[in-house]
Amino acid sequence: MELFVFVVAAAMVLIGALGVVTRSNPVHAAMSLVLTLFGIAVMFVSHNAHFLAAVQVIVYAGAIVVLFLFVIMLLGVDKAEDLSVEPITNQRPLAVIIGVGISAIVIAAIVTSRSGLGPSGKGVNETTLESPDANIRQLARVIFSDNVFAFELTSVLLLVAVIGTVVMARKTKSVGTGK
Amino acid sequence: MSAVIFAIDPLLEGDVLWTPLLIVLVKVLLVFVVGLVATMLMVWFERKVIAGMQNRVGPNKAGPWGILQTLADGIKLFFKEDLIPERSDRFMFRLAPYLALVPAFLAFAIIPLGGDFRDGKGGLVTLFGHQTRLQLADPPVGVLFALAISSIAVYGIMLAGWSSGSKYPLLGAVRASAQMVSYEAALGLSLGAVLLVSGTLSTAGIVNLQSSIGNWNIVATGFVPFVIFLIAATAELNRPPFDLVEAEQELVGGFNTEYSSIRFALFFLAEFMNTVTMSALIVTLFFGGPQPIAIGNTTLDIPFIPNAIEGTVWLLLKVLVFLYVYVWFRATLPRFRYDQLMDLGWKILIPGSLGWFMLLAAQRVGRDAGWDQMVVTLVTALVLIAGYGLLLAAQHVSRVNREKDGASF
Repeated sequence: MELFVFVVAAAMVLIGALGVVTRSNPVHAAMSLVLTLFGIAVMFVSHNAHFLAAVQVIVYAGAIVVLFLFVIMLLGVDKAEDLSVEPITNQRPLAVIIGVGISAIVIAAIVTSRSGLGPSGKGVNETTLESPDANIRQLARVIFSDNVFAFELTSVLLLVAVIGTVVMARKTKSVGTGK
Repeated sequence: MSAVIFAIDPLLEGDVLWTPLLIVLVKVLLVFVVGLVATMLMVWFERKVIAGMQNRVGPNKAGPWGILQTLADGIKLFFKEDLIPERSDRFMFRLAPYLALVPAFLAFAIIPLGGDFRDGKGGLVTLFGHQTRLQLADPPVGVLFALAISSIAVYGIMLAGWSSGSKYPLLGAVRASAQMVSYEAALGLSLGAVLLVSGTLSTAGIVNLQSSIGNWNIVATGFVPFVIFLIAATAELNRPPFDLVEAEQELVGGFNTEYSSIRFALFFLAEFMNTVTMSALIVTLFFGGPQPIAIGNTTLDIPFIPNAIEGTVWLLLKVLVFLYVYVWFRATLPRFRYDQLMDLGWKILIPGSLGWFMLLAAQRVGRDAGWDQMVVTLVTALVLIAGYGLLLAAQHVSRVNREKDGASF
């Protein structure tokens, strides 16, 4: 059962990821990204991380990719791109090097930390008939007690980003330009 | 083990056997059919009621009181020519109606459709020797599932508008997605107040706690979250007075202008299905769902009907009230202007729901710590009023600056 879910979800993730890279139409690429995000959400559910799955769908699929699509539609770049002309020279070899490097780092991290990990889904598997919210309780306890400073700092960072965007998007005063 | 993955339902505890599997299949079929029939009747109900409000007769030819009108319309749409515009993106054009329809059906799955919630039975009923709930799924994330579904419902509308390859649908789609993304924040924040009071995400759990009118979440959360939720839900559904998405006078028909035949019917179906689901969700969250109306310890019992079925009757009656309210909105309220829509969403509903959430949270903390409730409420209210005053001042300053700069276009 778990294997079946994993295979389907992994196929969704991989097909979506390939679609993001290979589709020349930005809207199609964005929709492929949605497929990937859903695959990841399914994996979260199969590891008993229900809350993460819900947040994944609400935030990433429901808000961020919608924002992508919004920008694509408003800027009118929704035509198929001509991929034969390189916008940045040497982009492709650089991409290969960086891609291989990142996969090497991820694999190395998995290999070195594998011994320290318990069986998958062990830590959060307390969801029962009597307390279906155990998952959320555990997350909340970790975020708001052990890691409260990191959490608060992250929210400050987001606030700074929002204010920065507003400041940058503001029109400069048109004094003396004859307007 | 796999039971935990699927749902918190005693039916699925232990090994998967044939009888539970069959019960689940029957439930899937039943929820699907109930959803379809409810949608069909809702379309008829809306046309009939709005006709009454406008002094017309409304549909009266197909079946008694015209009740089969929707069926006739559906059959007609099936047999119409299916057009795909020349400049459309064919794949996305075909995909979009399903992206609108599937979320509409999925959201219906978490509504408790009946069951006996009295005497601490928690909505469990016994079917063929198996205990189960009268709802298709009660996932651990509960209401968040509805939020997630409503947030992906945007895709159907957005892609329909974009893939049509013409201007009016695109404008309608851009309006729709901006509106839905904006109001989702207010929707989620007012939902937060309900979750704070009930302390659980599961819809069955939320219903279970609302045993009498005094315990209904509309009273327990202090009315304001309900009003915000109702407004935000109307905007999320793109129903009047927030139907800028398909403002006929400005956009021909909005995002679905280029759609015809069965594809149009699918959008239509999804829209009305969402209305039914949202009404049921409001009833579940704020009005005790399938619980009978009870004041204190006296319960209004319908005689001769078993309690489990009585829950369905109560749910139906409560949902009907909200369906009527939606039709009533449509008949009486003029459409919002776009800037008014955004002002209402961002400057009133979101700060309002956030403030109310903080007030409720402060009261909870105060109760736990044993502080004086009056003082806590008063101090929090003062802080919130000061905060809102600052927001108003900031808006005033920016308006003055804008007027000094002159028109920006």
